[in-house]
Amino acid sequence: MSVTAADRALWRPRVEQRRRTGRGFVVLCYAATALGLLALLVLIGDTLVKGAPYLSWDFLTSYPSRFAERSGVLAALVGTFYVGLIVIVVAFPLGIATAVWLEEYAAPGAVKSILQTNIGNLAGVPSIIYGMLGLAVFVRALGLQRSLLAGGLTIAILVLPIVIINSQEALRAVPSGLRHASYALGATRWETVRHHVLPAAMPGILTGTILALSRAIGEAAPIILISSIAFIAFLPESLLDSFTILPIQIFIWVSKPQEAFHAIAASAIIVLLALLLAMNAVAIVLRDRARRGTRW
Amino acid sequence: MISVADTRVASARRPPRPARSLARRRTTDRTVTALLLLATAASVLTTFGIVLVLIFETFEFLRVVPLTDFIFGTEWTPLFDPKRFGVLPLVSGTLLVAGIAALLAMPLGLVIGVFLSEYAGARTRSIVKPFLEILAGVPTVVFGYFALTFVTPNLIRPLIPGTDVFNAAAAGIVVGLMVLPLVATISEDAMAAVPRSLREGAYALGSTDLEVALRVVVPAALSGIAASFILAISRAVGETMAVAIAAGSTPVLTLDPFRSVQTMTGYIAQVSLGDTPQQSIEFRTIFAVGMTLFLMTLALNVASQVIVRRYRNVYQ
Amino acid sequence: MIGSSRSLALVVSTALVLAACGGAGPGQPASQTQPGTTAAVKLAGTIKIDGSSTVFPISEAMAEEFQKKNREVKVTVGISGTGGGFKKFCSGETDISDASRPIKDSEKAECVKNGIGYTELQVAIDGISVVAHPQATWVDCLTTADLKKIWNTGSTVKNWKDVRAGFPDQELKLYGPGTDSGTFDYFTEAINGKEKQSRSDFTASEDDNVLVQGVAGNRGGLGYFGFAYYVENKSKLKVLKIDDGKGGGCVEPTLQTIEQYAYKPLARPIFIYAKSDSLKRTEVVEFVKFYLGGDSRKLIGSVGYIAAPDTVYIDGLAKVIAVK
Repeated sequence: MSVTAADRALWRPRVEQRRRTGRGFVVLCYAATALGLLALLVLIGDTLVKGAPYLSWDFLTSYPSRFAERSGVLAALVGTFYVGLIVIVVAFPLGIATAVWLEEYAAPGAVKSILQTNIGNLAGVPSIIYGMLGLAVFVRALGLQRSLLAGGLTIAILVLPIVIINSQEALRAVPSGLRHASYALGATRWETVRHHVLPAAMPGILTGTILALSRAIGEAAPIILISSIAFIAFLPESLLDSFTILPIQIFIWVSKPQEAFHAIAASAIIVLLALLLAMNAVAIVLRDRARRGTRW
Repeated sequence: MISVADTRVASARRPPRPARSLARRRTTDRTVTALLLLATAASVLTTFGIVLVLIFETFEFLRVVPLTDFIFGTEWTPLFDPKRFGVLPLVSGTLLVAGIAALLAMPLGLVIGVFLSEYAGARTRSIVKPFLEILAGVPTVVFGYFALTFVTPNLIRPLIPGTDVFNAAAAGIVVGLMVLPLVATISEDAMAAVPRSLREGAYALGSTDLEVALRVVVPAALSGIAASFILAISRAVGETMAVAIAAGSTPVLTLDPFRSVQTMTGYIAQVSLGDTPQQSIEFRTIFAVGMTLFLMTLALNVASQVIVRRYRNVYQ
Repeated sequence: MIGSSRSLALVVSTALVLAACGGAGPGQPASQTQPGTTAAVKLAGTIKIDGSSTVFPISEAMAEEFQKKNREVKVTVGISGTGGGFKKFCSGETDISDASRPIKDSEKAECVKNGIGYTELQVAIDGISVVAHPQATWVDCLTTADLKKIWNTGSTVKNWKDVRAGFPDQELKLYGPGTDSGTFDYFTEAINGKEKQSRSDFTASEDDNVLVQGVAGNRGGLGYFGFAYYVENKSKLKVLKIDDGKGGGCVEPTLQTIEQYAYKPLARPIFIYAKSDSLKRTEVVEFVKFYLGGDSRKLIGSVGYIAAPDTVYIDGLAKVIAVK
């Protein structure tokens, strides 16, 4: 049957109007994105403006002081480095090994899927809960007291799920053809993994681990439960020494009411962000090299 | 190394011996398998550790404080006399901050996700995606600092003069910014998974871009979008530093976002800074509150996984 | 792919080198004798201090100055509150406990139980300052009766107009130390009549900085904390005079009124408690001697507290030397 004029009167395409709504939505999209971008720029800009004047070599090499002008982040920076080292030494091998086992060795089934869900859930647990675990197990049960080792271990198990998940993704991206070729030549599973799969996945794994390290360095909540001494003016010289980290130092300075301390908190934030930026830049470079280098 | 001499007919000569005996390689393989299994076990131990610690201390806590008092009580004064252990004020503080965060992040994040998935060209994406990654990577202390020193004096106070210097609104706003990338990227992934054929079919029927986006793609990707919302709320609930700095330390049952409140995480941080000794009831409150927090985020995370698994539209 | 393992090696070794450099930083002085140390004996060791946030500014200043002269000594200072500090002290975790009130009997018993001997040393005089927002023009002086009305258990005072007739309709926002704080113990006993007896719906924090931020940020704010925190933030706060109803009139906390205990009832001595076992270590003794020494009076004043009469310090030093 053909469409009569009466039918056409019922259905009004209103094309122009719909197009206008569509264009309006696009404007909304740009506005929303611009708003988000603006918020980030204001955050960074405000921090830079308040903190840049206090940034200096002295700031990086001084200890905190009751005078804001004389305070510096040396103890916090070194503490952050050491915690990062402990994370690298503990979480990365453990996490990569777990990812290898899950991806290359585990037979698909109930056990593997329970483990996967488990790790996924762990990744979503609030960081302060890890702090409680660290307090109960490392500080009290293992008697490490409020030491660098206890803090480092706590952060290590915090980022462990992230390392596992990222490494798994990197391993999954390696095409199975590579593995099959290796098996076809008579290699054992470990030889295949060690000489073919891992090297192929390494850039992806490294990217993931650097991102996990970024997360580790920015965390403060677990360390509040482990050690939040308000005044540390020395460098930890052993794993059992007291310590502080950049985010905690920032937290302490922000909590002081004097404007001057807020200003140096901003300076410390700049240092922290610079550190993170450097690490993420390394991660991006590695990611690009991975994309260019792989020829499947 | 294989030499020319060895390439003669196989039956005339035995094949060259491999560098290591097969038995040794098999042993190495088995040893390594065992080591890897051990590593996995260590990773799993963490879950048991968390659950065990929380359960044990909460159990000790509940021996002193009845569960109904804890869950339904409306006053939280464990450090004062008389001690009251009703967790509702802390939960309400948490939900208030998380609610404000969700109100900001969900619509904004969804729109940005739709934008990235349906509208943005390669150049725009190359600007927006890194910005989202940066936003997601900024440590939470920085957001707390921003809330206290910028948002409250410059954004909230001018609008609502009676606002407390510590308030839930500022904390909620920055936590919203924090989880915005989560909503945007997960929604975008969900929408990108919707096959082109669906969109093309709609276009063929005369739909505009907006109609395709909102009436075809978003409903198709709804499970992923819903999951992103729930994950964002879960993240907001678990956030500590920003609320510890900016939201205040007054446990109070209220819906007023412009006054000082205290979240579950803020309480844990406050008591830890004061550090009570091990066997006291005050110390156990940390774990009881922690257990509540853990259960809430676990429920949210599991819910998001269930939604994705059960309601995801699987396309050919 | 070999390249990425090399990059990894590079990254890790750089990190290790940087960390080692950090460790070899200012903490390694040449072996010269610095003024303020016993000649030819380089002090080294760790001193753990924790406790009152009121006393914290003094201990922090002492730790900072002492460490400048004795680079090998590591001093940490925490703010767990007077009560929290004693709990750690009596379980042997700390060497020195900062306290803004004398040790309680129950705490003494705990120390005895764990075999912790100690020496009580007064280090300064504090006047707990009751502060309001600078724009609170309606109030200048509060009586102890007013304070009790506001702060006592079960108080329903939520607005300034409920405090005294004639005060404007301005919401009252209260800030005070937490329950581990010696200041809290002292204030509640002096004002409400019983230690720890207090209303609970105020912003409580062991960190006095948070309280300053709170009062300075709210027109209707009212809080109390150690005098040093007021002095440090004078431009942001308005200190109130206190009338103790015993004929002294409205007294403002100043150096003189606190020193002579004329600022009643909120002027009080503040202490450190030194563990006897720790006093057997040279670095701890030297630190305590530095703390009580003549040069440090100025430091106490600069931090905002009032030095006690000289005899107090001389007695203290004598006690310390006797323990050795």
